[in-house]
Amino acid sequence: MSTVPDEVTGWIDRVRYEEQGEFPVERGYIWTSCASVENGNPLFWDDEVAQAITGGPIAPPTMVSVWFRPHHWAPGRTKQALPLQVHFDLKDRLGLPEAVMTDNTIVFHEPVRPGDLLRTSQILRSVSDEKTTKLGTGRFWVIDVEYRNQGGELVAVESYTGFGYRKGEG
Amino acid sequence: MSITSTEQTIDAVEEGQHLPDLAYDVTATTVVLGALATRDWRPMHHDKDFAVHRNGTKDIFLNTPNQAAWFERYLTDWTGPKGRIGRMTFRMKGSVFPGDSMVFRGVVTKVETDDTGCGWAEIDINLSVEDRVATECAARVALPTTPDDNPWTRRAERWRP
Repeated sequence: MSTVPDEVTGWIDRVRYEEQGEFPVERGYIWTSCASVENGNPLFWDDEVAQAITGGPIAPPTMVSVWFRPHHWAPGRTKQALPLQVHFDLKDRLGLPEAVMTDNTIVFHEPVRPGDLLRTSQILRSVSDEKTTKLGTGRFWVIDVEYRNQGGELVAVESYTGFGYRKGEG
Repeated sequence: MSITSTEQTIDAVEEGQHLPDLAYDVTATTVVLGALATRDWRPMHHDKDFAVHRNGTKDIFLNTPNQAAWFERYLTDWTGPKGRIGRMTFRMKGSVFPGDSMVFRGVVTKVETDDTGCGWAEIDINLSVEDRVATECAARVALPTTPDDNPWTRRAERWRP
């Protein structure tokens, strides 16, 4: 069994990437998301209800990660940006070409509102020893993404558990 | 539009209580619309050739962020708009493909009022296709303690998700 490289161990509990969303939270995406799952919650469709309950329109809490996924293409960009860069850094540095997300926890704080411009920080929390599952042999890791609005208020913390592996060794 | 017709209050919720099932027939459109709505451009959520030959799955499949949106919709269909989700944990066990009839089933596992007076229900939800569980979700949702209470007004130390 190989050990985790010191470089990777050094990433644990340190903010590795801070990013700003490429565009402010907007209602078109909120409605597209609600339509995709047929969510009729009046908070998102009826401004009077939103005013009475949440002091104005908000975004569905589970959309929090949507606001920082990069455009598929942008002028002048030569390399596709990756939304959860630490995950891809781990695959690359640990030599694990395949990866899946197994667990995902989201804790919600201040509501996200149209016009908000969110910032994220990615923090690696742990990397496991090598393990073999039915997918192959590799490692589990946990990455936290903290989301804050333009006022610095915490809006959510998302914890991802990934499993990076090599095929055909299971 | 009425805002009180489907409103759950915490006193009406009991441990062991089942939420109404939600069944939905998944198509390729469901998968692709869900992927694009979550700005997830990865090909295994819209390109069947890629999904089959690169991922080794039988077809394109629902992405995780869109499943989160489905779980949110399932919960708030039950709570009404004052229901405020504090925490959700997802465990992916399998995939949901076009042609699958997916069913959401939920059961209340805990009911409590915290030190700040906020009412909470904890709910386990299974997303299944036939007898196979595709995704498990554990959610913690704040519910009004009375018809006049509103969990969305809670901030800082009065919000403990």
